[in-house]
Amino acid sequence: MYVAVKGGERAIENAHAWLAEERRGDKGVAELSVAQIREQLSLAVNRVMAEGSLYDPDLAALAIKQARGDLIEAIFLVRAYRTTLPRLGASKPVETGEMACDRRISATFKDVPGGQLLGPTFDYTHRLLDFALDAEGEIPEAQSGEPQAAPVPHITGFLNRDGMIEQEPQGDATPPDLTREPMEFPANRALRLQNLTRGDEGFVLGLAYSTQRGYARNHAFVGELRVGTVPVEMEIPELGFAIEIGELRLTECETVNQFKGSKTEPPQFTRGYGLTFGMTERKAISMALVDRALRWRELGEDDLGAAAQDEEFVLAHSDNIQATGFLEHIKLPHYVDFQSELELVRRLRREAQATRQDQQEAAE
Amino acid sequence: MNDATEDRKIWMGLLARASAADLADRLGALDRLPQAHDLRAPEIGGVMVRGRIGGTGQPFNLGEMTVTRCSLRLESGEVGHGYVQGRDKTKARNAALVDAMMQTVRAGEIRASVLAPLAEAQAARDTARAAKAAATKAEFFTMVRGEDQ
Repeated sequence: MYVAVKGGERAIENAHAWLAEERRGDKGVAELSVAQIREQLSLAVNRVMAEGSLYDPDLAALAIKQARGDLIEAIFLVRAYRTTLPRLGASKPVETGEMACDRRISATFKDVPGGQLLGPTFDYTHRLLDFALDAEGEIPEAQSGEPQAAPVPHITGFLNRDGMIEQEPQGDATPPDLTREPMEFPANRALRLQNLTRGDEGFVLGLAYSTQRGYARNHAFVGELRVGTVPVEMEIPELGFAIEIGELRLTECETVNQFKGSKTEPPQFTRGYGLTFGMTERKAISMALVDRALRWRELGEDDLGAAAQDEEFVLAHSDNIQATGFLEHIKLPHYVDFQSELELVRRLRREAQATRQDQQEAAE
Repeated sequence: MNDATEDRKIWMGLLARASAADLADRLGALDRLPQAHDLRAPEIGGVMVRGRIGGTGQPFNLGEMTVTRCSLRLESGEVGHGYVQGRDKTKARNAALVDAMMQTVRAGEIRASVLAPLAEAQAARDTARAAKAAATKAEFFTMVRGEDQ
Protein backbone atom coordinates (compact mmCIF):
# COMPACT_ATOMS: atom_id res chain seq x y z
CA MET A 1 0.00 0.00 0.00
CA TYR A 2 1.27 3.46 -0.87
CA VAL A 3 0.53 6.28 1.53
CA ALA A 4 1.35 9.89 0.63
CA VAL A 5 3.57 11.94 2.91
CA LYS A 6 3.59 15.71 3.22
CA GLY A 7 6.28 18.21 4.00
CA GLY A 8 9.93 18.70 3.17
CA GLU A 9 9.29 21.04 0.22
CA ARG A 10 11.90 23.54 1.33
CA ALA A 11 14.51 20.83 1.94
CA ILE A 12 13.79 19.24 -1.45
CA GLU A 13 14.19 22.58 -3.22
CA ASN A 14 17.48 23.22 -1.49
CA ALA A 15 18.69 19.69 -2.24
CA HIS A 16 18.01 20.20 -5.95
CA ALA A 17 19.77 23.57 -5.96
CA TRP A 18 22.81 21.95 -4.35
CA LEU A 19 22.61 19.12 -6.91
CA ALA A 20 22.85 21.71 -9.70
CA GLU A 21 25.90 23.26 -8.03
CA GLU A 22 27.60 19.89 -7.52
CA ARG A 23 26.84 18.97 -11.12
CA ARG A 24 28.74 22.06 -12.25
CA GLY A 25 31.67 21.22 -9.98
CA ASP A 26 34.62 23.57 -9.50
CA LYS A 27 33.83 26.79 -11.39
CA GLY A 28 37.53 27.25 -11.98
CA VAL A 29 37.28 24.35 -14.45
CA ALA A 30 35.66 25.00 -17.85
CA GLU A 31 32.06 23.79 -18.21
CA LEU A 32 31.41 20.80 -20.52
CA SER A 33 29.20 21.53 -23.51
CA VAL A 34 26.66 19.02 -24.80
CA ALA A 35 28.55 18.98 -28.12
CA GLN A 36 31.78 18.05 -26.29
CA ILE A 37 30.03 15.12 -24.63
CA ARG A 38 28.47 14.04 -27.94
CA GLU A 39 31.82 14.16 -29.76
CA GLN A 40 34.31 13.08 -27.07
CA LEU A 41 32.31 10.67 -24.90
CA SER A 42 30.61 9.07 -27.88
CA LEU A 43 30.59 5.52 -26.53
CA ALA A 44 28.73 6.69 -23.41
CA VAL A 45 26.32 8.51 -25.75
CA ASN A 46 25.90 5.30 -27.75
CA ARG A 47 25.09 3.28 -24.65
CA VAL A 48 22.48 5.80 -23.54
CA MET A 49 20.87 5.72 -27.00
CA ALA A 50 20.88 1.90 -27.10
CA GLU A 51 19.37 1.38 -23.64
CA GLY A 52 17.25 4.54 -23.81
CA SER A 53 15.93 2.98 -27.02
CA LEU A 54 15.99 6.34 -28.80
CA TYR A 55 18.54 7.26 -31.45
CA ASP A 56 19.37 10.95 -30.94
CA PRO A 57 23.02 11.72 -30.03
CA ASP A 58 22.31 15.31 -28.91
CA LEU A 59 19.57 14.22 -26.51
CA ALA A 60 21.71 11.41 -25.10
CA ALA A 61 24.61 13.84 -24.55
CA LEU A 62 22.30 16.31 -22.78
CA ALA A 63 20.99 13.50 -20.59
CA ILE A 64 24.54 12.47 -19.63
CA LYS A 65 25.33 16.07 -18.64
CA GLN A 66 22.13 16.41 -16.62
CA ALA A 67 22.73 13.03 -14.92
CA ARG A 68 26.30 13.97 -13.92
CA GLY A 69 27.56 11.00 -15.94
CA ASP A 70 25.29 8.45 -14.23
CA LEU A 71 24.39 6.50 -17.37
CA ILE A 72 21.36 4.70 -15.94
CA GLU A 73 19.96 8.05 -14.77
CA ALA A 74 20.64 9.41 -18.28
CA ILE A 75 18.85 6.42 -19.84
CA PHE A 76 15.93 7.14 -17.51
CA LEU A 77 15.77 10.75 -18.78
CA VAL A 78 15.83 9.59 -22.41
CA ARG A 79 13.11 6.98 -21.78
CA ALA A 80 10.93 9.62 -20.10
CA TYR A 81 11.39 11.99 -23.06
CA ARG A 82 10.63 9.17 -25.51
CA THR A 83 7.18 8.68 -24.02
CA THR A 84 6.28 12.29 -24.91
CA LEU A 85 6.95 11.80 -28.64
CA PRO A 86 4.06 11.13 -31.00
CA ARG A 87 4.79 7.98 -33.03
CA LEU A 88 5.08 9.05 -36.68
CA GLY A 89 5.33 5.49 -37.95
CA ALA A 90 7.60 2.49 -38.25
CA SER A 91 10.51 2.15 -40.65
CA LYS A 92 11.08 -0.57 -43.19
CA PRO A 93 13.54 -3.11 -41.72
CA VAL A 94 17.09 -1.71 -42.08
CA GLU A 95 19.24 -3.76 -44.44
CA THR A 96 22.48 -4.38 -42.58
CA GLY A 97 23.93 -6.12 -45.65
CA GLU A 98 24.04 -2.63 -47.22
CA MET A 99 25.96 -1.16 -44.27
CA ALA A 100 28.80 1.29 -44.95
CA CYS A 101 31.20 -0.45 -42.58
CA ASP A 102 33.66 1.35 -40.30
CA ARG A 103 34.57 -2.04 -38.90
CA ARG A 104 33.89 -5.59 -40.00
CA ILE A 105 35.67 -8.60 -38.60
CA SER A 106 35.20 -12.34 -38.52
CA ALA A 107 36.63 -14.72 -35.96
CA THR A 108 35.72 -17.74 -38.12
CA PHE A 109 37.16 -16.92 -41.57
CA LYS A 110 40.41 -15.07 -42.09
CA ASP A 111 40.01 -14.66 -45.85
CA VAL A 112 36.55 -13.17 -46.30
CA PRO A 113 35.52 -11.29 -49.43
CA GLY A 114 35.65 -7.61 -48.53
CA GLY A 115 38.39 -8.26 -45.98
CA GLN A 116 38.73 -7.70 -42.27
CA LEU A 117 38.39 -4.02 -41.37
CA LEU A 118 39.54 -3.33 -37.83
CA GLY A 119 38.04 0.18 -37.63
CA PRO A 120 38.54 2.51 -34.66
CA THR A 121 38.96 -0.27 -32.09
CA PHE A 122 40.34 -0.68 -28.57
CA ASP A 123 41.36 -4.24 -29.57
CA TYR A 124 45.15 -4.75 -29.66
CA THR A 125 45.76 -1.66 -27.49
CA HIS A 126 47.86 -2.40 -24.42
CA ARG A 127 45.40 -0.92 -21.94
CA LEU A 128 48.10 1.27 -20.49
CA LEU A 129 47.00 4.72 -19.35
CA ASP A 130 48.02 7.33 -21.90
CA PHE A 131 49.22 10.35 -19.97
CA ALA A 132 49.62 12.27 -23.23
CA LEU A 133 45.81 12.67 -23.21
CA ASP A 134 46.19 14.68 -20.02
CA ALA A 135 48.34 17.23 -21.88
CA GLU A 136 47.63 19.55 -24.76
CA GLY A 137 48.42 18.02 -28.12
CA GLU A 138 47.37 17.66 -31.72
CA ILE A 139 46.04 14.27 -32.86
CA PRO A 140 47.71 13.16 -36.10
CA GLU A 141 45.30 12.54 -39.00
CA ALA A 142 44.38 8.85 -39.39
CA GLN A 143 45.68 7.12 -42.54
CA SER A 144 43.46 6.66 -45.56
CA GLY A 145 43.37 3.71 -47.94
CA GLU A 146 41.52 2.86 -51.12
CA PRO A 147 37.81 2.86 -50.19
CA GLN A 148 35.66 -0.09 -51.19
CA ALA A 149 32.96 0.72 -53.72
CA ALA A 150 30.42 -2.03 -53.00
CA PRO A 151 28.91 -3.02 -49.64
CA VAL A 152 30.51 -6.10 -48.09
CA PRO A 153 28.31 -9.23 -47.92
CA HIS A 154 27.30 -10.93 -44.67
CA ILE A 155 29.77 -13.70 -43.85
CA THR A 156 27.08 -16.15 -42.73
CA GLY A 157 25.79 -15.94 -46.32
CA PHE A 158 28.80 -18.01 -47.41
CA LEU A 159 27.90 -20.79 -44.96
CA ASN A 160 24.29 -20.60 -46.10
CA ARG A 161 25.27 -21.65 -49.61
CA ASP A 162 26.48 -25.04 -48.41
CA GLY A 163 23.47 -25.63 -46.15
CA MET A 164 25.89 -25.76 -43.22
CA ILE A 165 23.95 -23.17 -41.24
CA GLU A 166 20.28 -22.81 -40.44
CA GLN A 167 18.28 -20.39 -42.60
CA GLU A 168 16.38 -17.51 -41.03
CA PRO A 169 12.63 -17.86 -41.66
CA GLN A 170 11.51 -15.15 -44.10
CA GLY A 171 8.48 -12.90 -43.77
CA ASP A 172 7.26 -9.39 -43.20
CA ALA A 173 4.79 -9.85 -40.35
CA THR A 174 4.43 -6.81 -38.07
CA PRO A 175 6.54 -7.61 -34.99
CA PRO A 176 5.19 -7.22 -31.43
CA ASP A 177 6.20 -3.97 -29.70
CA LEU A 178 6.87 -4.08 -25.96
CA THR A 179 6.55 -0.28 -25.73
CA ARG A 180 2.88 -0.67 -26.75
CA GLU A 181 1.77 -3.96 -25.22
CA PRO A 182 3.11 -5.50 -22.01
CA MET A 183 5.53 -8.43 -22.34
CA GLU A 184 3.86 -11.81 -22.46
CA PHE A 185 5.44 -15.22 -22.07
CA PRO A 186 6.34 -17.21 -24.02
CA ALA A 187 7.77 -14.39 -26.13
CA ASN A 188 8.65 -14.90 -29.79
CA ARG A 189 12.18 -14.22 -31.02
CA ALA A 190 11.29 -10.74 -32.36
CA LEU A 191 10.05 -9.66 -28.93
CA ARG A 192 13.07 -11.20 -27.18
CA LEU A 193 15.43 -9.28 -29.47
CA GLN A 194 13.60 -5.99 -28.83
CA ASN A 195 13.92 -6.62 -25.10
CA LEU A 196 17.63 -7.55 -25.28
CA THR A 197 18.71 -4.66 -27.52
CA ARG A 198 17.42 -2.13 -24.94
CA GLY A 199 18.44 -4.27 -21.97
CA ASP A 200 21.14 -3.34 -19.47
CA GLU A 201 24.61 -3.96 -20.88
CA GLY A 202 25.95 -5.32 -17.60
CA PHE A 203 23.04 -7.71 -17.12
CA VAL A 204 23.17 -9.04 -20.69
CA LEU A 205 26.99 -9.31 -20.51
CA GLY A 206 26.79 -11.29 -17.26
CA LEU A 207 24.28 -13.75 -18.71
CA ALA A 208 26.30 -14.15 -21.92
CA TYR A 209 29.42 -14.82 -19.83
CA SER A 210 27.55 -17.43 -17.81
CA THR A 211 26.87 -19.39 -21.03
CA GLN A 212 30.58 -19.28 -21.87
CA ARG A 213 31.46 -20.59 -18.42
CA GLY A 214 29.20 -23.61 -18.85
CA TYR A 215 25.67 -22.66 -17.81
CA ALA A 216 23.93 -23.78 -21.03
CA ARG A 217 27.13 -23.53 -23.04
CA ASN A 218 26.44 -22.99 -26.73
CA HIS A 219 29.94 -22.78 -28.27
CA ALA A 220 29.62 -19.40 -29.93
CA PHE A 221 32.02 -18.08 -32.55
CA VAL A 222 31.73 -14.51 -33.76
CA GLY A 223 30.93 -15.24 -37.39
CA GLU A 224 30.84 -11.53 -38.05
CA LEU A 225 30.88 -8.28 -36.17
CA ARG A 226 30.21 -5.09 -38.11
CA VAL A 227 29.83 -1.45 -37.18
CA GLY A 228 28.74 1.20 -39.64
CA THR A 229 25.90 3.27 -41.02
CA VAL A 230 22.69 2.16 -42.66
CA PRO A 231 19.95 4.31 -44.21
CA VAL A 232 16.48 4.19 -42.64
CA GLU A 233 13.48 4.15 -45.00
CA MET A 234 9.86 4.73 -44.14
CA GLU A 235 6.65 4.67 -46.19
CA ILE A 236 5.13 8.16 -46.23
CA PRO A 237 1.33 7.95 -46.61
CA GLU A 238 0.97 11.46 -48.09
CA LEU A 239 3.55 10.60 -50.77
CA GLY A 240 2.55 7.01 -51.47
CA PHE A 241 6.16 5.79 -51.51
CA ALA A 242 9.07 5.23 -49.12
CA ILE A 243 11.86 7.76 -48.56
CA GLU A 244 15.02 7.77 -46.49
CA ILE A 245 14.41 9.64 -43.25
CA GLY A 246 17.97 9.45 -41.96
CA GLU A 247 20.86 7.13 -41.24
CA LEU A 248 21.96 5.31 -38.11
CA ARG A 249 25.26 3.91 -36.92
CA LEU A 250 24.62 0.35 -35.73
CA THR A 251 26.57 -2.63 -34.42
CA GLU A 252 25.64 -6.09 -35.63
CA CYS A 253 26.94 -9.41 -34.33
CA GLU A 254 26.17 -12.77 -35.86
CA THR A 255 27.34 -15.77 -33.94
CA VAL A 256 27.80 -19.20 -35.44
CA ASN A 257 27.17 -21.91 -32.90
CA GLN A 258 28.13 -25.54 -32.90
CA PHE A 259 25.06 -27.78 -32.91
CA LYS A 260 25.12 -31.57 -32.91
CA GLY A 261 21.51 -31.83 -33.99
CA SER A 262 18.46 -32.61 -31.89
CA LYS A 263 15.24 -34.57 -31.98
CA THR A 264 13.94 -32.16 -34.63
CA GLU A 265 16.97 -30.55 -36.34
CA PRO A 266 19.93 -31.97 -38.35
CA PRO A 267 23.55 -31.29 -37.28
CA GLN A 268 24.41 -27.84 -38.62
CA PHE A 269 25.56 -24.49 -37.37
CA THR A 270 22.92 -22.39 -35.63
CA ARG A 271 22.81 -18.65 -35.13
CA GLY A 272 22.59 -16.01 -32.46
CA TYR A 273 21.90 -12.40 -33.36
CA GLY A 274 22.72 -9.03 -31.86
CA LEU A 275 21.88 -5.60 -33.31
CA THR A 276 22.31 -2.42 -31.29
CA PHE A 277 22.28 1.36 -31.73
CA GLY A 278 25.68 3.04 -32.02
CA MET A 279 29.09 1.48 -31.61
CA THR A 280 28.19 -0.86 -28.75
CA GLU A 281 29.93 -4.10 -29.62
CA ARG A 282 30.23 -5.65 -26.16
CA LYS A 283 26.46 -5.35 -25.94
CA ALA A 284 25.85 -6.71 -29.47
CA ILE A 285 28.02 -9.80 -28.84
CA SER A 286 26.36 -10.38 -25.45
CA MET A 287 22.94 -10.04 -27.03
CA ALA A 288 23.79 -12.65 -29.68
CA LEU A 289 24.94 -15.17 -27.06
CA VAL A 290 21.83 -14.69 -24.92
CA ASP A 291 19.58 -14.80 -28.00
CA ARG A 292 21.11 -18.17 -28.89
CA ALA A 293 20.71 -19.51 -25.33
CA LEU A 294 17.02 -18.52 -25.30
CA ARG A 295 16.41 -20.47 -28.52
CA TRP A 296 16.80 -23.90 -26.82
CA ARG A 297 13.11 -24.74 -27.14
CA GLU A 298 12.74 -24.06 -30.88
CA LEU A 299 15.96 -25.99 -31.62
CA GLY A 300 14.83 -28.98 -29.57
CA GLU A 301 17.68 -28.66 -27.03
CA ASP A 302 17.41 -29.67 -23.38
CA ASP A 303 16.45 -27.23 -20.66
CA LEU A 304 19.54 -27.34 -18.48
CA GLY A 305 17.98 -25.05 -15.90
CA ALA A 306 20.50 -22.30 -16.65
CA ALA A 307 19.60 -18.67 -16.01
CA ALA A 308 20.33 -17.66 -19.63
CA GLN A 309 17.79 -20.24 -20.88
CA ASP A 310 15.03 -18.95 -18.60
CA GLU A 311 13.10 -16.57 -20.82
CA GLU A 312 11.02 -15.03 -18.08
CA PHE A 313 14.02 -14.57 -15.80
CA VAL A 314 16.05 -12.91 -18.58
CA LEU A 315 13.39 -10.72 -20.14
CA ALA A 316 11.72 -9.63 -16.92
CA HIS A 317 15.01 -8.46 -15.36
CA SER A 318 16.98 -7.00 -18.29
CA ASP A 319 15.48 -3.52 -18.22
CA ASN A 320 17.61 -1.28 -16.01
CA ILE A 321 14.94 1.43 -15.76
CA GLN A 322 12.30 -0.98 -14.45
CA ALA A 323 14.92 -2.51 -12.17
CA THR A 324 16.26 0.73 -10.78
CA GLY A 325 12.77 2.18 -10.42
CA PHE A 326 11.67 -0.68 -8.23
CA LEU A 327 14.97 -0.97 -6.39
CA GLU A 328 15.40 2.72 -5.64
CA HIS A 329 11.82 3.31 -4.56
CA ILE A 330 12.55 1.47 -1.32
CA LYS A 331 14.65 4.41 -0.14
CA LEU A 332 11.67 6.79 -0.39
CA PRO A 333 9.42 7.35 2.62
CA HIS A 334 7.69 4.13 3.70
CA TYR A 335 6.87 5.39 7.21
CA VAL A 336 3.29 4.12 7.31
CA ASP A 337 4.22 0.71 5.84
CA PHE A 338 7.04 0.47 8.33
CA GLN A 339 4.80 1.57 11.24
CA SER A 340 2.47 -1.35 10.54
CA GLU A 341 5.44 -3.75 10.29
CA LEU A 342 6.64 -2.43 13.64
CA GLU A 343 3.19 -3.04 15.18
CA LEU A 344 3.16 -6.57 13.75
CA VAL A 345 6.59 -7.50 15.07
CA ARG A 346 5.71 -6.09 18.54
CA ARG A 347 2.50 -8.13 18.62
CA LEU A 348 4.32 -11.35 17.53
CA ARG A 349 6.93 -10.77 20.22
CA ARG A 350 4.23 -10.28 22.88
CA GLU A 351 2.49 -13.47 21.73
CA ALA A 352 5.72 -15.46 21.69
CA GLN A 353 6.55 -14.24 25.16
CA ALA A 354 3.08 -15.13 26.46
CA THR A 355 3.37 -18.65 24.95
CA ARG A 356 6.77 -19.14 26.59
CA GLN A 357 5.36 -18.05 29.98
CA ASP A 358 2.40 -20.43 29.60
CA GLN A 359 4.74 -23.34 28.81
CA GLN A 360 6.97 -22.46 31.76
CA GLU A 361 4.02 -22.31 34.12
CA ALA A 362 2.72 -25.64 32.80
CA ALA A 363 6.15 -27.23 33.30
CA GLU A 364 6.37 -25.99 36.90
CA MET B 1 8.18 3.52 -59.71
CA ASN B 2 8.60 6.19 -62.38
CA ASP B 3 11.66 8.39 -62.84
CA ALA B 4 10.07 11.50 -61.33
CA THR B 5 9.19 9.58 -58.15
CA GLU B 6 12.64 8.00 -58.02
CA ASP B 7 14.18 11.46 -58.38
CA ARG B 8 12.05 12.90 -55.59
CA LYS B 9 12.89 9.95 -53.34
CA ILE B 10 16.58 10.71 -53.81
CA TRP B 11 16.35 14.41 -52.98
CA MET B 12 14.11 13.85 -49.96
CA GLY B 13 16.61 11.33 -48.59
CA LEU B 14 19.43 13.74 -49.23
CA LEU B 15 17.58 16.50 -47.35
CA ALA B 16 16.80 14.14 -44.43
CA ARG B 17 20.51 13.41 -43.90
CA ALA B 18 21.89 16.88 -44.69
CA SER B 19 23.40 19.02 -41.95
CA ALA B 20 20.85 21.63 -40.83
CA ALA B 21 23.43 24.41 -41.09
CA ASP B 22 24.50 23.45 -44.64
CA LEU B 23 20.89 23.35 -45.79
CA ALA B 24 20.10 26.72 -44.21
CA ASP B 25 23.23 28.29 -45.77
CA ARG B 26 22.42 26.99 -49.26
CA LEU B 27 18.82 28.19 -49.05
CA GLY B 28 19.87 31.53 -47.61
CA ALA B 29 22.16 32.13 -50.59
CA LEU B 30 19.22 31.90 -53.04
CA ASP B 31 17.50 34.94 -54.53
CA ARG B 32 14.06 35.57 -52.99
CA LEU B 33 12.44 32.50 -51.46
CA PRO B 34 8.75 31.97 -52.30
CA GLN B 35 6.00 32.55 -49.73
CA ALA B 36 4.70 29.32 -48.25
CA HIS B 37 1.85 28.40 -45.90
CA ASP B 38 2.20 25.57 -43.44
CA LEU B 39 -0.16 22.67 -44.05
CA ARG B 40 1.40 20.89 -41.11
CA ALA B 41 3.62 23.02 -38.89
CA PRO B 42 6.95 21.34 -38.03
CA GLU B 43 6.27 18.47 -35.64
CA ILE B 44 8.82 16.40 -33.68
CA GLY B 45 8.06 12.72 -33.29
CA GLY B 46 9.52 9.25 -33.04
CA VAL B 47 9.80 6.54 -35.65
CA MET B 48 10.15 2.91 -34.61
CA VAL B 49 13.16 1.53 -36.48
CA ARG B 50 13.00 -2.13 -37.40
CA GLY B 51 15.76 -4.62 -38.03
CA ARG B 52 15.69 -8.16 -39.40
CA ILE B 53 16.31 -11.25 -37.26
CA GLY B 54 19.72 -12.62 -38.26
CA GLY B 55 20.14 -9.64 -40.63
CA THR B 56 18.01 -11.32 -43.29
CA GLY B 57 14.92 -12.75 -41.56
CA GLN B 58 11.67 -11.46 -40.12
CA PRO B 59 11.37 -7.90 -38.74
CA PHE B 60 11.77 -6.94 -35.08
CA ASN B 61 11.58 -3.57 -33.33
CA LEU B 62 15.07 -2.20 -32.72
CA GLY B 63 14.23 1.14 -31.09
CA GLU B 64 13.06 4.61 -32.02
CA MET B 65 14.73 7.59 -33.67
CA THR B 66 13.70 11.23 -33.55
CA VAL B 67 12.24 12.65 -36.77
CA THR B 68 10.75 16.06 -37.53
CA ARG B 69 8.20 16.52 -40.30
CA CYS B 70 6.62 19.50 -41.99
CA SER B 71 4.28 20.08 -44.94
CA LEU B 72 3.67 23.37 -46.72
CA ARG B 73 2.10 24.84 -49.84
CA LEU B 74 3.67 27.52 -52.03
CA GLU B 75 1.52 30.42 -53.21
CA SER B 76 1.82 28.89 -56.68
CA GLY B 77 0.16 25.72 -55.31
CA GLU B 78 2.99 23.16 -55.09
CA VAL B 79 2.99 21.08 -51.89
CA GLY B 80 6.29 20.14 -50.26
CA HIS B 81 6.99 17.61 -47.51
CA GLY B 82 10.00 17.35 -45.25
CA TYR B 83 10.87 14.33 -43.08
CA VAL B 84 14.25 14.84 -41.45
CA GLN B 85 16.25 13.02 -38.79
CA GLY B 86 16.50 14.78 -35.42
CA ARG B 87 14.57 17.56 -33.72
CA ASP B 88 15.36 20.62 -35.82
CA LYS B 89 12.09 22.30 -36.86
CA THR B 90 13.82 24.85 -39.10
CA LYS B 91 15.55 22.04 -40.96
CA ALA B 92 12.24 20.20 -41.50
CA ARG B 93 10.62 23.37 -42.88
CA ASN B 94 13.63 24.08 -45.11
CA ALA B 95 13.48 20.52 -46.44
CA ALA B 96 9.75 20.91 -47.22
CA LEU B 97 10.47 24.23 -48.96
CA VAL B 98 13.15 22.65 -51.16
CA ASP B 99 10.83 19.73 -51.94
CA ALA B 100 8.12 22.19 -53.05
CA MET B 101 10.50 24.39 -55.06
CA MET B 102 11.81 21.30 -56.87
CA GLN B 103 8.31 20.98 -58.37
CA THR B 104 8.44 24.52 -59.83
CA VAL B 105 10.30 26.10 -62.75
CA ARG B 106 13.17 26.80 -60.36
CA ALA B 107 14.00 23.07 -60.08
CA GLY B 108 17.18 23.38 -62.16
CA GLU B 109 18.50 26.24 -60.03
CA ILE B 110 17.68 24.41 -56.76
CA ARG B 111 19.30 21.23 -58.01
CA ALA B 112 22.50 23.04 -58.91
CA SER B 113 22.84 25.35 -55.93
CA VAL B 114 21.26 23.33 -53.07
CA LEU B 115 21.01 19.61 -53.82
CA ALA B 116 24.27 19.08 -55.73
CA PRO B 117 26.50 20.72 -53.09
CA LEU B 118 24.71 18.83 -50.28
CA ALA B 119 25.17 15.54 -52.17
CA GLU B 120 28.84 16.35 -52.73
CA ALA B 121 29.40 17.12 -49.05
CA GLN B 122 27.76 13.85 -48.01
CA ALA B 123 29.68 11.81 -50.58
CA ALA B 124 32.97 13.41 -49.48
CA ARG B 125 32.23 12.64 -45.83
CA ASP B 126 31.29 9.02 -46.61
CA THR B 127 34.33 8.48 -48.83
CA ALA B 128 36.70 9.88 -46.22
CA ARG B 129 35.28 7.49 -43.64
CA ALA B 130 35.44 4.50 -45.99
CA ALA B 131 39.06 5.41 -46.81
CA LYS B 132 39.97 5.42 -43.11
CA ALA B 133 38.26 2.03 -42.70
CA ALA B 134 40.19 0.70 -45.72
CA ALA B 135 43.49 1.71 -44.08
CA THR B 136 42.64 -0.63 -41.16
CA LYS B 137 42.20 -3.68 -43.39
CA ALA B 138 44.10 -6.58 -41.82
CA GLU B 139 45.53 -9.74 -43.31
CA PHE B 140 45.59 -12.58 -40.79
CA PHE B 141 47.78 -15.68 -41.25
CA THR B 142 47.40 -18.93 -39.35
CA MET B 143 50.67 -20.24 -37.92
CA VAL B 144 51.46 -23.95 -37.86
CA ARG B 145 51.48 -24.98 -34.21
CA GLY B 146 53.82 -27.55 -32.73
CA GLU B 147 51.15 -30.16 -32.01
CA ASP B 148 50.09 -30.23 -35.69
CA GLN B 149 53.51 -31.26 -37.02
